[in-house]
Amino acid sequence: MTRLTGLRRWVVPAVALVALALVPQFAIDIPYVFKSTINTPGTLQLLALCLLFGGLALTYDLLFGFTGLLSFGHALYFAVGVYVTCIAITKWHWGFVAALAFTALVGVLLPLLLGAVSLRVGGIAFAMVTLAFAQAGSILVFKNPHKWTGGEEGLGTDYTKLPDALVGIFNTKNLYWVALGYAAVVFVVVQWATSSSPGHIWQAIRENELRVEVLGLRPYAYKLMAFVLASFLATGGGVVYLLLLGGATTEVTSANFTLTLLVMVVIGGTGTRYGALIGGILYTWANQRLGDASSSHAVSRLPNVLRTPLQQPLFVLGVLFILVVFFVPGGLVRIGRLRRPRTLQRLQEAMQK
Amino acid sequence: MSTFLLLTITGLGLGAMYFLIASGLSLIYGLMGILNFAHGAFLTVGAYAMWFTESKLGGVAVLPRFLLGALVGLVVGGVFAALVELFLIRPLYRRHIEQVLVTVGLALATVALVTAIWGNDARSVPAPAWLGKTTTVAGAHIPNDRWIEIVTAGVVLFALNLFLRRTRYGLIIRAGVENRAMVTALGIDVRRAFTLVFALGGVAAAVAGVLSNVYFSTVDPQRGTSLLIFAFIVVVIGGLGSLRGTAGSAVVVGLVQQYANYYASSGLGDLSVVLLLGIVLLIRPRGLSGSFA
Repeated sequence: MTRLTGLRRWVVPAVALVALALVPQFAIDIPYVFKSTINTPGTLQLLALCLLFGGLALTYDLLFGFTGLLSFGHALYFAVGVYVTCIAITKWHWGFVAALAFTALVGVLLPLLLGAVSLRVGGIAFAMVTLAFAQAGSILVFKNPHKWTGGEEGLGTDYTKLPDALVGIFNTKNLYWVALGYAAVVFVVVQWATSSSPGHIWQAIRENELRVEVLGLRPYAYKLMAFVLASFLATGGGVVYLLLLGGATTEVTSANFTLTLLVMVVIGGTGTRYGALIGGILYTWANQRLGDASSSHAVSRLPNVLRTPLQQPLFVLGVLFILVVFFVPGGLVRIGRLRRPRTLQRLQEAMQK
Repeated sequence: MSTFLLLTITGLGLGAMYFLIASGLSLIYGLMGILNFAHGAFLTVGAYAMWFTESKLGGVAVLPRFLLGALVGLVVGGVFAALVELFLIRPLYRRHIEQVLVTVGLALATVALVTAIWGNDARSVPAPAWLGKTTTVAGAHIPNDRWIEIVTAGVVLFALNLFLRRTRYGLIIRAGVENRAMVTALGIDVRRAFTLVFALGGVAAAVAGVLSNVYFSTVDPQRGTSLLIFAFIVVVIGGLGSLRGTAGSAVVVGLVQQYANYYASSGLGDLSVVLLLGIVLLIRPRGLSGSFA
């Protein structure tokens, strides 16, 4: 990619941001892509989820694509945003701002502590430790201590504590703007962070950690920095998710949740400006629309052999993911560039260590 | 005392299942450097093949039905694993990240497909009445299926050891784990061993699937995924690529889980296993055993 300098690299994102911000103002109907006109609450909710997961996938890419850290526990920090905020509001009856402040505190301290432990090992062991910590979080949520988490039934939010502008179906456009704001903030922070000097060291660690060490830098501290930043941003995403969905469900704590983030990032393209963002948006959209499509007329007329698998969006997405890995190794944003991307080559060398 | 004995035997039974899954994972990682996320899918496929066979043999007596179902489960698990290696893993030879990603996609897709065909609910798996009864040992009423689990895992461990130590292919696999480049340089096609290791791992996982059908007396689509996470923990604690270490850590994990669940509080067993993993990795980042088989 040719490096864009100065303000020029912000032109495309800025135009996209303005265009997306104006979406709730127009009643445009895009058949097949969306069920209803784009400014109806249903479609805005879907768009908001897409943007949220686009941002979230970008936070995961900060670890996986930019720093070369394969974490299987990213769901934990997202779940912190969802559950801690929800519990503080609903069970402890805190105000919205106090709950946010507390969640932010946990969102920094927890990854600092767990990252400090798990980054002592690398490669596969790191993946396993992060998986185990996330699993511990999931078990905790299911165990329902002090009846705080609601166990497997999940936990609804106490609406009275939320700002009025973020509650109710008429305010879906506000929630949409919150989600758009989240994606924009994550994009800017990731851009800024990866082009800062620690960001360059992250990418150097991804390429060759030993060399970074030989140069007299401590990779550990830089990896921890990336880990905490990515986790904190994911916690922010959890808060937005809570606002959008109005409650906490156990699925955000599962190992499968992290795997879907990995799928999004790889489908879009790792370690690029837009790859993870696009992957997250496409995945979320496809997941929702495939679910809708499975109950449509066109599908119900198909023979059983085709119809049964189509009922499960995850089957279609899983197969699509395998196809992308096989035929578009750099992800969708690298379609058309035939050369195999260096990023993945380097990454797998890192894994072999 | 009788409670302690019951917990111990149950913990060993659980450890037996962990070992069966973890042994395949460990061999595959040791030889090929692939962390196989699809291993839970092998288990699920084997378990469902068994249930499906049994449900199609409605009129047959329970014991032959059960044995035939188990046999079909093992064969299907092994064949599925071998096909996965041939068609999905082999074309991506030496591209480890992509191989891991493919197994992730396969795991997600397989669970979704099984759910689409047979639904999300647990299906009951018929087993001989004897397995549902208990045997009284020193005052403890031990469910009979625990013996089967422990004995089966013991037999598999013995057979795998025998295979690895006494046969030509076992020798190639052991050498391949130690130094794959050297084995290739000596003119041996190590890739054939890859398929073999996947098939063996698939059969072992399917054995675990059959045993889990007996242990829980039902089968559901999430079974493989939930057992796989503990199998991962077992493999890492035991040291990747080490069969004996895997067996030892499977026993430890199964026991710790049972004891903590009973003596501390339910659910704490899973947490203490995670804690155990953290401690082991911090003290010995390469796992308890560095050597192989």
